[in-house]
Amino acid sequence: MPDSVLRFERVTVSFDGNPAIEDVSFDIPAGESRIVLGAAASGKSVLLKTAIGLLRPDHGRVFLFGQDITGLKVRELSDLRARIGMLFQESALFDSLTIEENVAYPLENQRSIRCPAEEVHARVEESLRFVELEHTLEKFPSELSGGMRRRVGIARANVTEPDVVLYDSPTAGLDPITANNIMALIVKERDVRKATTVMVTQRFQDGQIMTKYRYDPRSQSLERASGNGASIAGIRFLVMKEGRLVFEGAEEELEKSTDPYISKFVLRH
Amino acid sequence: MLDIFKSPVLSIQEFFLLAGRTFRSVPRRPHYLNDIFLQMDTIGVGSLPIVLLTGFFSGIVMALQMSKALRTYGAVSQTGPIVAIVLVREMGPVLTAIVVAGRNASGIASELGSMKVTEQIDAMRALGTDPIQKLVKPRLIATCLMLPCLTAIADFVGICGGYLIAYFLLSLTTSEYWNGAYRALDYVDMTEGLVKPFIFAIVISLVGCFYGLRTSGGTQGVGRATTQAVVVASVWIFVLTAFIAKIFIAL
Repeated sequence: MPDSVLRFERVTVSFDGNPAIEDVSFDIPAGESRIVLGAAASGKSVLLKTAIGLLRPDHGRVFLFGQDITGLKVRELSDLRARIGMLFQESALFDSLTIEENVAYPLENQRSIRCPAEEVHARVEESLRFVELEHTLEKFPSELSGGMRRRVGIARANVTEPDVVLYDSPTAGLDPITANNIMALIVKERDVRKATTVMVTQRFQDGQIMTKYRYDPRSQSLERASGNGASIAGIRFLVMKEGRLVFEGAEEELEKSTDPYISKFVLRH
Repeated sequence: MLDIFKSPVLSIQEFFLLAGRTFRSVPRRPHYLNDIFLQMDTIGVGSLPIVLLTGFFSGIVMALQMSKALRTYGAVSQTGPIVAIVLVREMGPVLTAIVVAGRNASGIASELGSMKVTEQIDAMRALGTDPIQKLVKPRLIATCLMLPCLTAIADFVGICGGYLIAYFLLSLTTSEYWNGAYRALDYVDMTEGLVKPFIFAIVISLVGCFYGLRTSGGTQGVGRATTQAVVVASVWIFVLTAFIAKIFIAL
């Protein structure tokens, strides 16, 4: 059985006494992917922030790469975070830095990475080339469109070649074409680097792209993973409702669910 | 009943926790020298025009008002000493701090507040940077270095403003005014005039950062944080100046 990279054990996180996530438990083995579905304010983003120690649980324990991070000091946590890439909702690029400086930020600031200064530019360029934005090095985030900022965010999340990549609502607020392009990049990242991927989204079709498509390096495009429409193994859905994890299973189980809340995600899209 | 006090007490506790973490971070690496110089430019050089104006006109007003009262006692020649003492000990530090609080506590709170609501602070932490070290420390150091300098400049132009009134309207000679002003000031006045801006600088930068970093609720929250930062910093400047003045008067 592969090692667990992220495990929640009965985790509760509250704000002013109101639980944002409550009694959440799950386990993600190395190399697998999870798609977290949920309505607005169901605790999806809190779940991701708790996973990398930006929020501390009130109860329960979080294990990252097998290590309990619940009581870890900032410095130790920082070293573990270097093995994780995260795309924040709305990208969270630094306004005052150029695109090159934004993407270089994790390489230059994460202690455990220690990327030689002469390699930084090449790695930034490579990462931006991956998202087809290598021509934006000197621009500032405010000069880019929402979709381009999201792609830069993906480049920044992956520039350190992390073992786990977390995507917080990568397609939120984007038009369908741009959203599909973003999803194609996420699938490409997953398949090229074989990283464990956790994606939070409100859109079931984002999850379907993850489960049904693979990146083909020869044609350099996405193609269906199997002719009969079966899902890729190792990708499971989690559904959050009002801070609680109400479903965990494969796409087929999700589609068969008769729960009114869960079935809304499938039927609506 | 006690619930009324819960929120302010919690805020004070959080403020002192932030202050403690920031002071502890000062000697620690990395020092982000570029950020410190950038903030020195924004806070120091950026505030210079408004500080010059405020200092100059406060000197003029003080000389005008004092001369009226002093004429009653036939002591118009004491305008120089009085303007110098009041400016260096009290008005210079307080007015400069209020101007800098209005300009920079608000600037710091809105900048950090915007970063907070757009998750840039979280991103910074996720990417291996301590926001206290990267954002708060440079602003604290820059304000502590620049506010005493700005105060000294404001004091000087204020005394110059007083001199213009004394020379042109009160018919005092140049030497009467400047000798009086020079002799009136001793080292305790100078010390008080420089200790105050140093303490005010700590208050302005930390209050700005505190409200910026606890911003929530989108753009509306940024506006609220900005207002709170200016109001709280200004109130603390007036409270602290009274305490510091009492201590120096007792010396």
